[in-house]
Amino acid sequence: MDLLSYRQTPVHRFDPRAKLIATLIFLFCVVSFHKYQLSNLFPYFIFPVYLVSAGDIPAGYIMKKIIVVSPFALMVAVFNPIFDTAVVSHVGHLGVTGGWISFFSIMTRFALTVGTALALIACTGFYGICNALGRLGMPRVFVVQLLFLYRYLFVLVEEAARMLRARDLRSFENRGRGLRVYGPLMGTLLLRSIDRAQKIHRAMVCRGFDGTIRITGTHSFGMREYVFLALWTVMFICFRLWNVSVLAGDFFVRLFS
Amino acid sequence: MSHHIIKADEIHFTYPDGFHALRGISFLITHGESVAIVGANGAGKSTLLLHLNGLLLPTQGGLRVGDYPVTKETAHHIKRSVGMVFQNPDDQLFMPTVYDDVAFGPLNLGFPPEEINGRVQQTLETVGAAHLVNRPTHRLSGGEKRRVAIATVLSMTPDILILDEPTSDLDPGARRRLIELLGTFHHTKIIATHDLDMVLDLCERTIIINEGSILADGRSAEILRDEALLKKSSLEKPLRLQGCPVCGKKKKTRR
Ligand SMILES: Nc1ncnc2c1ncn2[C@@H]1O[C@H](COP(=O)(O)OP(=O)(O)OP(=O)(O)O)[C@@H](O)[C@H]1O
Ligand SMILES: [Mg+2]
Repeated sequence: MDLLSYRQTPVHRFDPRAKLIATLIFLFCVVSFHKYQLSNLFPYFIFPVYLVSAGDIPAGYIMKKIIVVSPFALMVAVFNPIFDTAVVSHVGHLGVTGGWISFFSIMTRFALTVGTALALIACTGFYGICNALGRLGMPRVFVVQLLFLYRYLFVLVEEAARMLRARDLRSFENRGRGLRVYGPLMGTLLLRSIDRAQKIHRAMVCRGFDGTIRITGTHSFGMREYVFLALWTVMFICFRLWNVSVLAGDFFVRLFS
Repeated sequence: MSHHIIKADEIHFTYPDGFHALRGISFLITHGESVAIVGANGAGKSTLLLHLNGLLLPTQGGLRVGDYPVTKETAHHIKRSVGMVFQNPDDQLFMPTVYDDVAFGPLNLGFPPEEINGRVQQTLETVGAAHLVNRPTHRLSGGEKRRVAIATVLSMTPDILILDEPTSDLDPGARRRLIELLGTFHHTKIIATHDLDMVLDLCERTIIINEGSILADGRSAEILRDEALLKKSSLEKPLRLQGCPVCGKKKKTRR
């Protein structure tokens, strides 16, 4: 993921702060919609699509990640169609219940927010984002927490992968694979991750880490950043105030009739 | 700068789980010395090295590095002058790419940003890893990781260099190059290793550690010849000091 952030495209070169603020406004607008508002959400896809295409990020990769975490959103959304059965509109002869609308609304919002967050990381780098948060005035303690959380997440995953591989090499015919092995394995994983985390922290301290993240390549908040931020902000707010999908639909209907 | 000394005075260290890893270690290492620390697996070499830059603090006894006694307060001064290469390079590399990792130390030490680029390139060249500069650190081979790990420390130009098993994982060519590189480094060096042939090349002095205490401390040339002593600490005479196995056999068959 972080490797993607080393490409050199115009999106990558924007100051991380501009991208971060734009994304925050974006998230705020998307989340603030009412749960029955579905069509209003569609215009917002332009932002993640812009980041992905202008940042030259493999779209399939982002999709895959969204699908991996989508069960969480499904769990939240799945009860809506069951409990909310009031019919709110009709498509042809079929009644569409409020439950289904809010189900799709939740899923769309989920795809928008997660997709944009991933795209932001891919074209900025997590260190860049943390750096931006710090420069925007977020207390340093939180920034460092976030940084370490991210760093140790990888440690945990790597450690788990290594242990599973070692186990698979020494377990035969399903012996040594059962749930009984998982208990101790999880315990060891936790202890090993803590140990590795300590060692990494040690290595960082050894090389002069004092709680500030310094990154090569200085960005500055120039004209380009202001234009970028202003354009997107205006667009998000317009999408929020007017239902652009409906307007566009009306426009085409009028055009052809 | 003649004060890069390291003085240990009866250091004891007990791990939090109660394991008594160091049991009274004393030595004085003066400026410019190159010292090998050898001993069996689990003798306490790595534990001792972690004390030398303040990562572990002795539970008993005192340690001075340069002008400072090693305590929590002085630890950051000490880290600046003591560069440490860990036994496991995975512990050393934590940034996404090789470039960032090598630049991490210099950036934190406040070197001017415009110098960083050149410094990173230069150190990577010294360890023969210039072609790896944009690779992700977790996808390197064992030996490549080792070279980059050494570069991350060299880029900070430390006064005292501490290496924990630097030649393990290296191919013979890279090992030879590393030995030559370390030979050009004229500051104080402390190397924990099982590679006694390297010790002969690099270190005038050897300290043998056994079960947390010092078994011998003296000139490498003498210590590495003392077979009884070496055997006691699960070591062997360096190959170069042993008779040639091939010629030795020939002589026997002729007789
Ligand atoms: N975090 C720890 N907690 C408890 N005991 C430890 C810890 N780390 C090491 N030890 C113990 O301390 C002793 C010395 O370990 P150390 O790593 O210093 O050995 P070493 O001389 O470097 O060995 P090697 O040649 O294998 O690297 C070992 O017996 C080990 O079991
Ligand atoms: Mg060791």
